[in-house]
Parts: sequence; C-alpha cells; structure tokens
Amino acid sequence: MAGLRRRGAGDKDVVLGEKCGDLDLRNDSDIPAVPPSTDSTPEILKKALSGLSSRWKNWWIRGILTLAMISLFFLIIYLGSFMLMLLVLSIQVKCFHEIITIGYRVYHSYELPWFRTLSWYFLLCVNYFFYGETVADYFAMFVQRREQLQFLIRYHRFISFTLYLTGFCMFVLSLVKRHYRLQFYMFAWTHVTLLITVTQSHLVIQNLFEGMIWFLVPISSVICNDITAYIFGFFFGRTPLIKLSPKKTWEGFIGGFFSTVAFGFIFAYLLAQYQYFVCPVEYNSETNRFVTECAPSELFQIQNYSVPPFLQDVLGRETVNMYPFQMHSIALSTFASLIGPFGGFFASGFKRAFKIKDFADTIPGHGGIMDRFDCQYLMATFVHVYITSFIRGPNPSKLLQQLLVLQPEQQLNVYKTLKSHLTEKGILQPPLRG
Amino acid sequence: MPPLVSSGVGIPWVTASCTPLRTPIMAASAGELPTSGYTWAGRTRERASTLRMRLAEKDGWPRPPFRSCACYWLDPSPPSFPPPPSHGSPGALALALLLPGLALQRSELLHREHLRVRTAERKAPRPRAKMSELRQRLGREPDGAQEPEEKESESENKLDGETASDSESKSEFGGAPPAPTSDDTPEVLNRALSNLSSRWKNWWVRGILTLAMIAFFFIIIYLGPMVLMMIVMCVQIKCFQEIITIGYNVYRSYELPWFRTLSWYFLLCVNYFFYGETVTDYFFTLVQREEPLRILSKYHRFISFALYLTGFCMFVLSLVKKHYRLQFYMFGWTHVTLLIVVTQSHLIIHNLFEGMIWFIVPISCVICNDIMAYMFGFFFGRTPLIKLSPKKTWEGFIGGFFATVLFGLLLSYLMSGYRCFTCPVEFNNDSNSFTVDCEPSELFQLQEYNIPLVIQSVIRWKTVRMYPFQIHSIALSTFASLIGPFGGFFASGFKRAFKIKDFANTIPGHGGIMDRFDCQYLMATFVNVYIASFIRGPNPSKLIQQLLALRPDQQVHIFNTLKAHLVDKGMLASSEDA
Repeated sequence: MAGLRRRGAGDKDVVLGEKCGDLDLRNDSDIPAVPPSTDSTPEILKKALSGLSSRWKNWWIRGILTLAMISLFFLIIYLGSFMLMLLVLSIQVKCFHEIITIGYRVYHSYELPWFRTLSWYFLLCVNYFFYGETVADYFAMFVQRREQLQFLIRYHRFISFTLYLTGFCMFVLSLVKRHYRLQFYMFAWTHVTLLITVTQSHLVIQNLFEGMIWFLVPISSVICNDITAYIFGFFFGRTPLIKLSPKKTWEGFIGGFFSTVAFGFIFAYLLAQYQYFVCPVEYNSETNRFVTECAPSELFQIQNYSVPPFLQDVLGRETVNMYPFQMHSIALSTFASLIGPFGGFFASGFKRAFKIKDFADTIPGHGGIMDRFDCQYLMATFVHVYITSFIRGPNPSKLLQQLLVLQPEQQLNVYKTLKSHLTEKGILQPPLRG
Repeated sequence: MPPLVSSGVGIPWVTASCTPLRTPIMAASAGELPTSGYTWAGRTRERASTLRMRLAEKDGWPRPPFRSCACYWLDPSPPSFPPPPSHGSPGALALALLLPGLALQRSELLHREHLRVRTAERKAPRPRAKMSELRQRLGREPDGAQEPEEKESESENKLDGETASDSESKSEFGGAPPAPTSDDTPEVLNRALSNLSSRWKNWWVRGILTLAMIAFFFIIIYLGPMVLMMIVMCVQIKCFQEIITIGYNVYRSYELPWFRTLSWYFLLCVNYFFYGETVTDYFFTLVQREEPLRILSKYHRFISFALYLTGFCMFVLSLVKKHYRLQFYMFGWTHVTLLIVVTQSHLIIHNLFEGMIWFIVPISCVICNDIMAYMFGFFFGRTPLIKLSPKKTWEGFIGGFFATVLFGLLLSYLMSGYRCFTCPVEFNNDSNSFTVDCEPSELFQLQEYNIPLVIQSVIRWKTVRMYPFQIHSIALSTFASLIGPFGGFFASGFKRAFKIKDFANTIPGHGGIMDRFDCQYLMATFVNVYIASFIRGPNPSKLIQQLLALRPDQQVHIFNTLKAHLVDKGMLASSEDA
C-alpha cells in the first residue's frame, strides 16, 4: 500500500482511487495494481531448469506442475469418495480465500474491524447450511440413530437461518461511520463469492454422490479442453477468438471441441465398466464408510446401437456396442468445450477489471487455485441440472425422510395413492380378497 | 473543448475522499483535461467543486457526477449524493443559470474558474457555507478527526431530519442555491396544508400517505390472493428498479451497452425460475393437464439454467475494454439485488399460500412496530439507540416491542376466526380460481390455556381461551420488533454509504417503495423458515408428485418402508395386504 501511495504521489496524476476506477482512457499499463508476483517455484525446479531459456523454462514449469496436479487427482480418486469430498471442500475454501483477498486489496479494507471475521463466518454459515442438507439426505440411516443429530436435522433450516441472522446483525452493528460504503462493498463481495464458490462446490459434491463418473468425466473434459485448445492454438492458431483473451484462437477452440468430444467418449467408455465409478456413493452405517456397490443401472450397460448410414461407410460396421452414458458424455463434453470457456472469459475479464495477473500465487506457473477452477464452476452447475432433469428423479432417501415427517393422516393419504399407483402399474399384486 | 467523455467525468472531490493523504487525484477526465502536470495535492476540494460544476454544466444535469466505484469509501464528509436523476431537474436549470460560460479549455482558465467559484461559494447561502467550512477545516487540519465527525453527524442528523426540504437542500450539489425539493406531493395536499408550518406539513403528508397505504392494503386483501400475488410482484419489480437505478447512478453506467437489458433479463430469468417452482407445486393438476406446461415443468430447471446461461454469456461478450470493472460491479450489484429482492418476495408468496394470515400478521406487525416505535420515541424518547439512525431511541424500541406483541395478539385473535384468512390458498381446477375453504387446522381452533401463576394475579382469570396461533404470533411479533429493525438499519447504512436520502421518490413524504419495505424482507424469510420448521412439514402433493417420478424399484422400497412405519404407528392394520 505504501508503494502504491508513493507511486500515486508521483508526477503522473494517478492515484489509489484511479486503479479502482475504470475510467481508463489511457492504457492501463501504467499501474500494476498489485505488488509484483512472488516467484514461488521451488528451488529444486529452478536448479533443474536453470540451463534453459526463459520461455522454455516457463513452459517446463507449467508442464511439470500440470503433471503433478493430474497425478494428485488420480491419487485422490484412488483414495475414495470421502477424500474427494474433503478435496472439494478445501478447494472451495481456498478459492473463497483468494477472491476475498482480492476484494480486500481492491478496497483496502484490511483495517476494517470485524470484516475478515464476518466473511469467514458467513462462509461457515453457508457451508453448514449446505452440508446439513446433504448430510440429511445421504446419511439418513446414520442420523436416525443419534438423538442430537435428529434435533439438528429437524430444525436445520431454522438453525442455519439464526446463524446467518447473527452474522447479519453483527455486520449492521459493525458499520463504522466513515467506512459505510466500503463495508457494504465487502458485504456484497462476500455474498457474491459465496454464491459462486460455495453453491457450486456443493453441486459438485452432489454430482459426486450420484456416481464418481459424473464427477470425473466433466472435470476431465474441461481439463482436456484447456490442454487441447492450447495445443491446437499453439500449432495452428491464427484467428483470435475474443478480445478478452488475446491468446485464444478459433482454431484452438474448434480443435479443442472435437478432441474433447472424442476424449469424453473414450474416457466414458473406459470408466463405465467399473462399478467403483458408476455406482452412487452410499454410506454404509455398519462399516461406517462409503461404499460404491450396486447393480449398474441401464445407463451403464452395453447396448447395441445402429450406426446412422452416413457413418457406416466410415466405420465399416452396422451396429456398435456402446454405453448409453457415452451419449450423455457427448453432451457434457460439448458443454465443456463450447460454454465452459465462458467461465474462463469471465475470470479473465475479472482479472482485467481489477488489474491482476493471477488470482493468487499458489501454484507456480499457473497462478491461484481459482485460475485452474474457473471453468469448472459452470460445468458443475450444468452437470447437476442435467442430472436432475434428464437422468435421475428426486432422491429417494430424501423423499422417504420427508414422508416420515408428515402428519399421520397425510402419510396414510400418500400410502393409499402410492398403493393404487403401483397396483395399476402391475408392480404390486392386487390385494387378495377374502 | 476537450470532450468530457460521457463515460468518464470524474468527480475529484469524491476521489479526493479516497485519499486522506491527499495525493494527487487523477481527474476522471484525465484524458480530457490537458495534462499539464497540474497536480491537485492540497486543493482537492476546490478542484472537486470546480470540476463538478463544469461537468454539470457540460453534461447537463441530472447526470450524476459519479464515475467510479470504490472511490468513495473513505469519506470524511463529502457532500451528499444528488437526488436521483429520474426526478426532474430543477437543479440542472439552476446550475446552468448560475454558472454560465465556464470555459473549459485550458488549465489556466480552469484555475481562474476555480478561484471565481470559490469566491462565489463564499457568498452562497447557508447550505453551501457548510461545504466551505469543511474545506477550510480541511485546509487547516488535514486529519482533524474530531470535527469532520461532528460535521458528519450533523449532516446525518440533517439527513434524518424531519423536514424534507432542509435535507434535500443539503443533498444538493455545491454551488447551487438550494434546489427546490422535487416535491411529488399532489397539488391538492399542498394547497390543503399550505397554511401549516413546514414541520407539521411534512408530518401531515406522511400521515395521510400512511393512511392511504394502509387503506390500499385492506382493499387488496379484500380482493383476494391473486391480486395480492400481483401486488407482491409489482412491489418486487419496483424495488429492483429502485436499487438498480441507484447502482446505475453510483456507477454512471447508463451508457454501458447492454447493461440495462441484461439486468432486466436476469430479473426475468430468476422470476421465471421461482414462479415455475411455485406454479409446479401449487398448480400441479392444472400443469399436468396442459401438454406444453407439462414439458415446461418437467424440464423446468434445465430451461431456467439455459436462460440464465444465455444472459451470462451475453454479459461476457458485452465486456467492453475500458469498462470492465464497472461492468463487473453492475453484475455483482444486480445479483445481490436479485438475491435480496426476488428470493424474498417469493418467500412472501409461499407464506401467502400457507394462509393469508401468515402474510398479513407479519406485515402488520412490522408496520405497527414502525409506527409504535415512532410514537413512543416521539413522546418518551431520550436515549439514542444506534449511531446509524440517530432518530431511534431505546424508549421507542422497547415501547414498540411491547405494543407490537400486544397488537399481534389482538390481530391474530381477530383474524383466526375467519376461514378466508386461515385456510391455505388452493387452486380449484374446476372453477379455475383460488379458493380458501377448508377445515381450520388445530392451530386455529380455540383452546383453553392455563394462565401461569405470575399473570393470574394480574388478570384474575384461571384459564383463557386462545388460539394456538396467538402463541406463534408472539414469536412473530417479537422477531418483528427485535430483529426487524436491523433490516431498517441495514437500509439506513446503505443509504448513508451511497449518500442518498431515500431510495427513490415514489411515495411523497416517505421515499421509495424500498424505504417502506426494507424491514419486511427479513421478516418474510423468518416467517418462511418458521413455518417450514415448526408449523407444517413438507407439502404432501409435491411429495406425491416426486414419488410418482421415481423408478419402480425405488417406489416399491419406499412403499414398503412407509407401510412398516404406518403399521408401527397403528394407523394401518398389519393384516392389510401389500
């Protein structure tokens, strides 16, 4: 901050306020809005790559870190769903932290009383609310057994609302005379960040519970799209795609699209064979762990599809054996390559607006966690909406829980309706007379 | 003449406030002003007022002078925000008349101008004098924390003051004579009250408008749930419009391409999503009948998400190089407004469907608390409650609390006797209208309660006949009087932060719709959470609908579990066959 002030006091008539204004009729290259990025590349890498030129060095660092991240990802997948949940939670917290730090820097609100506490408190409240809803759904058996949890579940919304209200009242009481606007800005910033990061990370977890394949295929499609679009752009790139990100090209975009669809198709085929990926995650109350064991649903059973005539010549076959899920994977990959990049453009625009190069410096060569996950968020929401609209109906255990809470007369009513419905469909034997 | 670019006329006095160290301010118009290396260290306020006037004259009032966003945060006590531009521009005319022919060409001219303005200001009437005092004070004492605070509290007192005319003159641009208040009071009222003093006149205007609004409320209640829903919808749209207009004013984003369209488009999307969910729940049979409606409701989430995504992509494509931050701010502003306004208006509609009494009692409690706290404060008020709203007092707060609880008890007693208030609103498929006809639930049947011994001595009854709902109404009234005001403080803080007196000028004497409804929002959410937690369980018809959408094996599983449960409870004979 002192550096900024010094710069501001210089002959250029620019000021602290300027960098937060977008009145740039001049180039915005005058003021870096943040201190120069600290190079967090580990020493070991630096020594190993000291011989290469700067450009290749950067490329190698990025490459090595990419491989490191991918291997970490595989490791976590191997460790199971619970670890994945924890990973998602920690990523969410880190993304929140990164965005809030940017907000602090933009608004210079380090010195505001209470504000950091309140931001983290709101994060806690919203997470509590969402985890409570998830836990209640999926751990119904676990919850039934313990009295205190029963109480917490039954009045969950009320408790969450009370917690949130407390934070709200603390905010109102913490308004300091000269900093009203700043405090309101940070309040809004916190809420928008919560809306983006927390809601969507919970959608990711709900997708995960649907079956790990619903978690893996979208994420890998986005990553694959990133990498292949970069590669295609590197080799064939000529026409710029959008002014926001000058490095992206149409060739990369289209090449990435086709390769992502192909990749998604093949990857879905590979994963759909294993129960470990395909089955919904369930919590086994006896062994107190997550199990993924089931009879694979229709979606994951090989079926015969007849190839459309115009493809028959290409493939030379008349029918092909595929999983129905692969059709869905085409839809997912299409979204990942066509609409997913908009999440990336949004984040680029955000970084330009606030004149930052990266969200943070967590990953050497790549920037912050948010930089890696900006496209994922739109994808997570899409997959969740896709699942609820086209794949599965409502969650049966949640329904059951709600049923058990009804009034007895209403339960009887529901029972009778269900019974008549099942009898009609022939699933239930009609009641024996006599 | 250097073009004062429409997108950027900075208000240095505002940006000055960002920099307590008074480092040179970049003129928002840095591009336009000749960059002669002229720095304004130490001349922040004067420069500010000059530019402000130049801008106003050049741009034409009522263009608000703000340009940037986060530049206003540290404000010793800058002049307050000019009134929103949608309400006439008598000030513009005054300004234009007062400051003719400001030459904007060169910095020397600017300088002379600045001197001329300063002299003019010294001769200006009282409200302007305050600003010059401030400037002098700032000139003397750069970091005098005491006096600015005093001044600010004075100005805040002014803002909260009774007389609209005083505070509106304070909120005017510096340099102008107090612009005539944009007085929306109808002529009739004006004439009728013309002989009263200004203070009482304002009081009467407020009183009459209050009665008018309450009468209007009763009429709407009489007209039924459908009209109520439409009114809630209109209020929501108007609140959204008011808040977005403030955002536009703050960020000067009128001229941004697409942005107004996008804000309204997002409002439409979110409303479509929420109404779709409501409609699917409550109009289940109607929806099932019509084929297009059925498809829309089956894929409702997907369609809403696709609509929202379209808006999102349009936003990304509409990012213009020099206005990124502004656009992101407006995007954030729109979303927070949607979160506050739209979600909670839908919670109100959910409450309404639960039974009109769940809609009327909370709203009346909040209104009653407002009025009672004001009365108690008026007559007995002595100790200030919170710095944010200096007019509120502890006596008003506590008196209002007791009065509201009492009022809630009485009102719920009165209303619980009538079916049209206590029954859930249902849609009758045959008559295609809303009906409120049912067996009153236990909550609305008179029961005997034993009075605790403590109160027995006072009332000298052993038992009392009450509706159980009245107990709930105590909880609702308590919330309305203890926590509801925080919504009002939040709105007050918001108005102070953005230096506006009222959200808008829709209601004469009262301000905008948002001013009247700021406490209601917290209340609506609370009532909804309260109902969901304590009163009713999930909606049975919605459950049935979801049940029928499950796979057969899941249905059988649930059927068996339910059967076992009912048999346990003794509701079903265990001999009944599956």
